[in-house]
Amino acid sequence: MVCDSWKAKLDTYLDGELPEQELRAFDAHVRGCAPCAADALARVQIKRAIQVAGKRFTPSAEFRKKVQQSVAPTPQRRLHPGWIFTSALALVFVAAALTLTYWDTESGRDQLIRNQVYSEIADLHVDSLASSSPVDVVSADRHTVKPWFQGKIPFAFDLPELQNTGFTLLGGRMAYLDQAPGAHLIYDVRKHHISVFVFQERLLPAGLGENSFLPMSLAFRMETWSQNGLRYFVIGDTGVSDIESLAKLFKGN
Amino acid sequence: MGMSGPAPQSDAFEALAMPLFDQLYNFAHWLTQNREEAEDLVQETYTKALKGFCSFQLGTNFRAWMYRILRNTFLTSRSGLAATSTVPLDTEVDGPVLAVENQTPEAILMQLSSSQLLQDAISALPVHFREILLLCEVEEMSYQEIAETLSIPMGTVMSRLARARKTLRDRLRPQFQKG
Repeated sequence: MVCDSWKAKLDTYLDGELPEQELRAFDAHVRGCAPCAADALARVQIKRAIQVAGKRFTPSAEFRKKVQQSVAPTPQRRLHPGWIFTSALALVFVAAALTLTYWDTESGRDQLIRNQVYSEIADLHVDSLASSSPVDVVSADRHTVKPWFQGKIPFAFDLPELQNTGFTLLGGRMAYLDQAPGAHLIYDVRKHHISVFVFQERLLPAGLGENSFLPMSLAFRMETWSQNGLRYFVIGDTGVSDIESLAKLFKGN
Repeated sequence: MGMSGPAPQSDAFEALAMPLFDQLYNFAHWLTQNREEAEDLVQETYTKALKGFCSFQLGTNFRAWMYRILRNTFLTSRSGLAATSTVPLDTEVDGPVLAVENQTPEAILMQLSSSQLLQDAISALPVHFREILLLCEVEEMSYQEIAETLSIPMGTVMSRLARARKTLRDRLRPQFQKG
């Protein structure tokens, strides 16, 4: 039926998402085709009905006030000019001291952000170890685990071949870091679990390091690097050599 | 030197975020299906967003950014995990669904005056369908904004939306036939 191809795109047309040229052709068709015009009208009415039905819940005034107060800037006291001068002087000294401390290495802010990200990665790893179901896709087959992420994360990545490496793939799950979705893969080596996290580099804070190995506290070790627009983190409580070996396998992909 | 600091940043955040409050609450309530959980979710979203506001790039889509935080917070909450673990994800392929329905929805729409029926049908949708339908129809987001909010490709937005609409129509049809 001639109209079938039009009807398949009817919702896209009504959402205003058809490309300009197709839109004009669609307009012309709908004007001359009574069944399609009727269908379009019906769907518009359904859209409106959903829009009305969807605006269903209203927050209470108390709740709005509570949230408003939590995000409102804290009112600042008016200070005597003498105090302002003294405070400014003190700030200059503190700023100078901080600048001297970090000038030759890196900014304190970057260091703070990095530590925050590494700490979140460690939390995600510990969280999976503590969970009764650490993975959502359970398989040692990389050709099963990789496709599981399709449609769940907006990027693709490769998993290394593990034959004769001592590592076993246990499975994978979704992870979120700084509101960015990513892949969390769990590997086993001599009964130790190692997590590999993959995120889009552009969605993470800048300055995480090109290729850094980090001896961390709480007996965890981590390696992180950026490759083809993706940020990798390998973390576990095994020896340095295991972390490095698994990272090397991923880098070789 | 710029005028950055906690107070001006908080000012800017409040000015951008509070106008979205009603919409975010409505969306949160549809996701959690519970007033108290919706309030917790919205409160946590605003706290996280304020904390991470320094990483938000001015000029990019703030609304999609807020919805993304809310949705990701929901997905990692107890009710979010329960909602997504009990409902299997459909197998999605990029691009629109080309299946054509022979039945026009005219018969359905004639009876859509029953808003309660429609609300119940939306509530009963799997969470992945419910959220995309609400973002498109209620929040009137473009496909691009939905893709940013849900962190999925545009093709998946189109196919998932088509499936959500079809599921809603299929579920409404027997109800109306009864009536």
